[in-house]
Amino acid sequence: MSEAMPEPGKTPRRDKITVEGVDKTFPTKKGEVHVLDGVNLTVREGEFLAIVGPSGCGKSTLLNCMAGFERASGGSIQVDGEEVTRPDPKRVFVFQETGIFPWYSVWDNVGFGLGQMPFEAKDEHVMKYIRLVGLEGFERSFPSELSGGMKQRVEFARALAVEPDVLFLDEPFGALDAFTRIEMRREIVRIWEKTGKTCILVTHDVSEALELADRVAIMTRRPATVHSVLDVDMPRPRDSDDPPFREMKDLIFQVLGVERRV
Amino acid sequence: MSHSQAPATWWRKFALGSLGFVVTIALWQVATWGNDITEVPGPWLTLQGLRELATDGVLWRNIAASVFRVAWGFCLAAGIGIPLGVWMGWNRDVVLFFNPTIQMMRPISPIAWIPFAVVIFGGANFMLAGRILFDASDSSAIFLIFLASFFPIVTATTSAVRSIELKYLRSAANFGVTGLGLFRRVILPAALPQILTGLRLALGIAWVVIVAAEMLGVTSGLGFQVNDSRNNLRMDYVAAAMVVIGLVGLALDMAMSNLEASALARRGMSRR
Ligand SMILES: Nc1ncnc2c1ncn2[C@@H]1O[C@H](COP(=O)(O)OP(=O)(O)O)[C@@H](O)[C@H]1O
Ligand SMILES: [Mg+2]
Repeated sequence: MSEAMPEPGKTPRRDKITVEGVDKTFPTKKGEVHVLDGVNLTVREGEFLAIVGPSGCGKSTLLNCMAGFERASGGSIQVDGEEVTRPDPKRVFVFQETGIFPWYSVWDNVGFGLGQMPFEAKDEHVMKYIRLVGLEGFERSFPSELSGGMKQRVEFARALAVEPDVLFLDEPFGALDAFTRIEMRREIVRIWEKTGKTCILVTHDVSEALELADRVAIMTRRPATVHSVLDVDMPRPRDSDDPPFREMKDLIFQVLGVERRV
Repeated sequence: MSHSQAPATWWRKFALGSLGFVVTIALWQVATWGNDITEVPGPWLTLQGLRELATDGVLWRNIAASVFRVAWGFCLAAGIGIPLGVWMGWNRDVVLFFNPTIQMMRPISPIAWIPFAVVIFGGANFMLAGRILFDASDSSAIFLIFLASFFPIVTATTSAVRSIELKYLRSAANFGVTGLGLFRRVILPAALPQILTGLRLALGIAWVVIVAAEMLGVTSGLGFQVNDSRNNLRMDYVAAAMVVIGLVGLALDMAMSNLEASALARRGMSRR
């Protein structure tokens, strides 16, 4: 990335995405399911925002609306002052169980969003992003030959290759084993610091949110609203055993109404 | 019940397969002991008949005729069935429009269509396009093969497209891939494994139907061979034709399964 980017956590940033009074209901056989109930949220340019909430509260639904995969039933979602009506390559979604295509090689997956381009230029571009996620040497491999963490890296590379402003991450580490998850969290922070993208991470894992994010938005149970947004003013890399970390974690669990100790 | 886990070694497969084959032949021999060619023939008479048919050359002509008709009927069914299935899988209104009719026609055996096939395609009032590509007498058999393979192909393709995971379609939409590119780069490859399975199933059914399809209006083909030999009371030729139908069917299935495996392997999706 060549463009200048604000130093994470320092410069005051402009608003990138504004979510105002968003409602979402799904029609089902048993009547309407009211999922989002007047969600308000602002995402700042270049920040790493985490959204936490209990399972099934509507985190994915909110992210899908922000990405343009679903239309909100009410309210407004704007990116750079423009209403979101459909998905856009400027804002790429990373899926929970990786959404890379099993019928394409790593190279073809990473180049998927690039469109028509001379081969040399495309190869250079694709290889740049394959290197960025540390997968050089695997460009001819197929997803079925890769581990879970490597597939996730391919998906990051595929997303970054179209040079988007925003990454939507829907529990991207949910399907990984504990060790790979730690490694991939470190990886996403590295990529974020290096590229300066606006990252919105949805997770039900409070520690994950606190380890990664500049700010954490807490969603309530269904029908969900954003209860509050906490600033996480801790230097990275963060240690989940530090007292401030533990205090914030307790606070979030309190808001969520969960007794943390078993 | 014991259920072995380890894959069988090749020699075990070969040994047990051959043994089963030999036992079957032996039982066949015992059951038909002393029969002549106007009764159910034994393996030896069948082999004799097979040799006569093969040296006569008529066997090869009949194999070629049957394979030709099955190829035509099957390719027409795939050519219409795959696009229709993709359309049905893609658009819910299209599936609502076609599906009740298709599911109702599906259980009707192609054999029940024979009277109509003869009426429609038997007469001289036959489509010109057909006459250029194949002989008019072939068309009723090709029609029946088409019917036999069309429904499994449409059904498999529809369900293949409908079951494409949402995240693949959303990824494509996210990167602005739509229209023909979406079809070529996402829908077809995602649906391909299930479509190939449907094609293989359809080819198996098509080949089973060939005997019935060649019962009327044709003077060649393995199905004709069965009927004609029966009329001449040459039961050894009937049995010989049956053996050949089995062998060709096996060969077709193996060819399809190889195609399936290589198509999937090229995409790095070979099972295991
Ligand atoms: N397409 C849909 N139709 C009906 N209900 C849905 C649909 N998508 C999500 N829901 C419901 O909305 C609620 C929130 O789902 P989701 O956003 O996936 O939750 P989360 O990601 O927070 O676990 C769930 O109760 C789910 O059943
Ligand atoms: Mg979710």
